[in-house]
Amino acid sequence: MPQLAERIRPWLTAVDERPQGAPRWLQDLRDRAASRFGALGFPTVRDEDWRFTNISPIVAGEFRPAGPAPAAAGDLASIPHAGVGHRIVLVNGRFAPELSRLGSLPRGVRVASLASAVTEQADVVQRYFGQLADFGSRSFAALNSALASDGAFVHIADGLILEEALQIIFVAAPSGDARPMTSARVLVVAGERVQARIVETYAGPADMAYFTNAVTEIFAGENAVVDHYKVQQEGARGFHVASMHVHAARAASFTSHSFSLGARIARNDAIVLLDGEGAECTLNGLYLADGERLVDNHTMIDHARPHCPSHEIYKGILGGSARAVFNGKIVVRPDAQKTDAKQTNRALLLSDNASINTKPQLEIFADDVKCTHGAAIGQLDDDAIFYLRSRGLPYFEARDMLIRAFAGDILDRVKIPELRAGLEQELYSQLAKDLEEIDRQ
Amino acid sequence: MLDIKSLQVKVEGKQILKGIDLRVNAGEVHAIMGPNGSGKSTLARALSGHPEYEVTGGEVLFEGQDLLEMDPDTRAREGVFMAFQYPVEIAGVNNAYFLKAALNAKRKHHGQPELDAMEFMQLIKEKSKLLDIDQSMLSRAVNEGFSGGEKKRNEIFQMALLEPKLAILDETDSGLDIDALKLVANGVNAMRSPTRAIIVVTHYQRLLDYIVPDHVHVLSGGRMVKSGGKELALELERRGYGWLENGVTAVGA
Repeated sequence: MPQLAERIRPWLTAVDERPQGAPRWLQDLRDRAASRFGALGFPTVRDEDWRFTNISPIVAGEFRPAGPAPAAAGDLASIPHAGVGHRIVLVNGRFAPELSRLGSLPRGVRVASLASAVTEQADVVQRYFGQLADFGSRSFAALNSALASDGAFVHIADGLILEEALQIIFVAAPSGDARPMTSARVLVVAGERVQARIVETYAGPADMAYFTNAVTEIFAGENAVVDHYKVQQEGARGFHVASMHVHAARAASFTSHSFSLGARIARNDAIVLLDGEGAECTLNGLYLADGERLVDNHTMIDHARPHCPSHEIYKGILGGSARAVFNGKIVVRPDAQKTDAKQTNRALLLSDNASINTKPQLEIFADDVKCTHGAAIGQLDDDAIFYLRSRGLPYFEARDMLIRAFAGDILDRVKIPELRAGLEQELYSQLAKDLEEIDRQ
Repeated sequence: MLDIKSLQVKVEGKQILKGIDLRVNAGEVHAIMGPNGSGKSTLARALSGHPEYEVTGGEVLFEGQDLLEMDPDTRAREGVFMAFQYPVEIAGVNNAYFLKAALNAKRKHHGQPELDAMEFMQLIKEKSKLLDIDQSMLSRAVNEGFSGGEKKRNEIFQMALLEPKLAILDETDSGLDIDALKLVANGVNAMRSPTRAIIVVTHYQRLLDYIVPDHVHVLSGGRMVKSGGKELALELERRGYGWLENGVTAVGA
């Protein structure tokens, strides 16, 4: 897409000043990504994948790579689940050892800064890094790949069962830059038969304009069971664009729980390749937006092999003049017989001005498959409210009960109790504010 | 207990009730009968405070208070209960959790301490025997996936739990087989008390074989056309409604 030259120029300058000094293969990758970004520019609403998400506030923001911030500035207090399990913390995309807690990792588990892993675990990193996050047509992935200089690296050896959750926390903090951007990068390699829970969190100050551009790559080996949680709770003036790319090998089971609660504009892409017979994936999502905010979830499940089930349920709660986009793409390749894919998308509109664009997108090239999808968008059910009131529950309590039931369906799937409690706290305190606003009008 | 004077109600702009008078004392069971579209369910729903039922005239006193001034939930907490003709399914809200919230809302309203989980379960155990409510009905979402009979039993179970002063049963017999009907009727009969009034809205006589009313009223065309004792119901069963309608046109549900 053609870009207004003057709008993209500052971004190209940043890309030209990309980090140097990495091993040859990585430097090559950055160079290719840089030139790809130059060719692609930013997507516009004329691109099918961005039709309802106008990112011009991000483009016009002229964000520049964030400088380092003192670790003390990385505020974990706003993350209720920060205390769970092992954790690696990155402030403005840079490893912050003082905030991380990696002392008691079991043998065979390596959690490190990506920058150090590039040399210390060179073979693994080189083998997997950039293999999934194809930037051929994704300009944000290209931008990230050109600029990312650090991030989180997780490697779990074959057969390991992790009792405690592994947390990856990205925090944005004031660094003196006016318009800071973080190119957050995550690489997770889970070997065969591994069982692990990984929590990826993005947070930042409420009063700072900043941009997080994240790319996550996850490899789930044969028979591995990987439970992934993403908590997006960026500050209200933050922008968040992220793509998560997953490779599931034979009989692997990958589950994603995506909670998108913050940011002025949030775009979450989840791209899962079921690349071995019997691989399975579940995508659960819950998002909340109010005011003028926009949240866009694009998911793509690629059934490349036979006998792969996928289940997907995304739910949204929208207030104010918030807008949401849900696009659920399911591809079933010619070989992928006996695919069983189920997709559900529901949104609850708490105000008349909130809206959602939702679209299932099925591309099926095999004949012996089962694919179902359904979407339901609506306001709270008046009959249900009346029924609850007729039993003595005050209106506000009835409404609360119905909203909690709606969200609880997704929250109840969270298998880490402290995380679920934290998410409930975060979600319901935000909702209480939204509802107060609605009741005032 | 309940004093309805010249009540007029509109639904979707259409006048359904055209002046209803009814007095119900504590301890009494009244049956409201009438052909389809006579307005009997409208009367029940208007009393429960359904927002789509617009009162255009008359007054309703409940224990001397203006019932029509109260929110639907205030009416419930003050002791008015309606068993719905079509109980609403509420996905994701656990039945036991809902019942506890409803009961505690009422207790709070009356200045009583809220029941804790243990006390509540004890109470549930007691009341559930009567209506053959099993554990699975309590742990499922409210009415979700319940059979017709289960839904109606769940309604009467709620009534038993909330112990209203005035209970209104809106076509509780519709869709019930004879066993379910007996179960529901037993539940209602167990609730009969000198301090409680019950209004049974029904099209057919058969429920009244099991819940024997003290008074029977016939509604037609939005007006009370006849009142009498329990023998009136039998007469209606024998003769149908035609002889009472006298050219009064039916007016929609």
